[in-house]
Amino acid sequence: MKPAVVAVAVAVAAAVPFWVGGLYYVNIASQILLYAIFALGINVLVGYAGLVSLGHAGLLGIAAYAAARILGGGHGHLAGVVGGVAVTLVASGVFAALALRGSGLGFVMITVALGQIVWGVAYRWISLTNGDNGITIQGRPRPFGLSLASPPAFYWATLAVFLVALGSMAVFVRSPFGASVRGTRDQPRRMNALGYHVWMIRFLAFVFSGFWSGVAGVLYLYYNQFVSPQAVALTASAEALLMVIAGGTATLLGPIAGAALVVVMKNVASAYIERWNFVLGAIFVAIVVFMPEGLVPGTARLARWALARGR
Amino acid sequence: MSALAVRGLDKSFGGLRVTSSVDLEVEPGERRLIIGPNGAGKTTLFNLITGELRPDRGAITLFDRDITRIPSRRRAHLGLARTYQIITLFPRETLLGNVTLSLLGLSRLRWNPCVALRRQAGLVARAHEVLARVGLESLAERPLAQTSYGERRRVEIAMALAQRPRILLLDEPFAGLSTEERRDAVADVVRREVADRPVHNQLTVVPLDAPTEAEEIT
Repeated sequence: MKPAVVAVAVAVAAAVPFWVGGLYYVNIASQILLYAIFALGINVLVGYAGLVSLGHAGLLGIAAYAAARILGGGHGHLAGVVGGVAVTLVASGVFAALALRGSGLGFVMITVALGQIVWGVAYRWISLTNGDNGITIQGRPRPFGLSLASPPAFYWATLAVFLVALGSMAVFVRSPFGASVRGTRDQPRRMNALGYHVWMIRFLAFVFSGFWSGVAGVLYLYYNQFVSPQAVALTASAEALLMVIAGGTATLLGPIAGAALVVVMKNVASAYIERWNFVLGAIFVAIVVFMPEGLVPGTARLARWALARGR
Repeated sequence: MSALAVRGLDKSFGGLRVTSSVDLEVEPGERRLIIGPNGAGKTTLFNLITGELRPDRGAITLFDRDITRIPSRRRAHLGLARTYQIITLFPRETLLGNVTLSLLGLSRLRWNPCVALRRQAGLVARAHEVLARVGLESLAERPLAQTSYGERRRVEIAMALAQRPRILLLDEPFAGLSTEERRDAVADVVRREVADRPVHNQLTVVPLDAPTEAEEIT
């Protein structure tokens, strides 16, 4: 993409608190960005490595719970953030080592099981997770003395993290390692014969994906200042997977569009329509029927088609 | 020293003995042809040599090094390359992308997540060079999905040639091609790149197809 387009997009995104009309919508924008980070992370695995995970909410939750416990233990925000992400990295490694014993449906089922274990711990291990009541934290961090308490400030902080995430994806996709990951998705057998360590490539892709899930988990905790078993439920994993699939797997912008769609439907549409889940379902069905490749590639295809017809 | 030696290789699928005590010894620079009717176990033998299957019994050595137990990917690094009877390429990549993946497989660069693959001038130049050798230079930027079957057959060979193998296994390089096609593009490539090259440290095992290109029939 042209640098000018990127600059305009970043400027528009940075100006959201000024034009979106109300703090409520600024908060929605923060949610979109934090879920976009999560969806970008899942896309590494689902889109580029071709490994469908239904347990990633578990990783997001592990980060949120770990950070909440560290903060609750009286440690600072730096320890909370670094600790939360570090614990998630270790958990990703364990998840990957277990899930990669299977492939295809086996892989999916192991990720479901791992996600459910995390949910079980969140729900039942009261002394660790406070069970159904969840954990509340006090206050947001003040990086470089800037308070993130107000919605616009938190939005800009989330935007900064989001841009780093998106940048890391753009670099990853173009890199030799990105090509290796895509190769293991399309022809694992040939990749092995060509000298690639398919298992290790998939493992690293999983951990990379887990890293951004962890970052999203810490942002989730600070945004809500609360985490409960709801965050790690199977529906949360499914919702995040739908973001990636609806937006377009193995594209840079697809997960972002998908995250925006789901968050907007969840928050804005639910204010007007009681059965917003029905509307969301109908939209997914429409996407599957008319744009099976996802919103972003599908729209690009329609635009090319319309341009060709216009001539 | 033999380039490739196979001794007493056994492999059964369930009750079916596919290869039974296969012995094969190939000298450096030698070109061999393995023939047999459908289901004789030619591809299974290849899969055993490249490590995609584990033998039940027997040993395989590559330049006097025992490789019976080491994984496929390490055999590639030891100079063993193969093509597939059933096209096994990367449909979403361009021809250049396919050959680049082959080159990358033996390069440390394959782990690098921070640089742009397209900017790796040396790698890209070598990929173009290999495509030129199989006569597909002009199609370098075309996605594989938009190429003909005959062109894909040549990409199959390019993938193996790109790795500068010491031992090259061609599994039915003419599979699925009509007799006219065999005589032109694909055959040209095999003849020029494999059969007519002066004796060097490369050996080719060509099964079933193209008996004219090999020196000795096993």
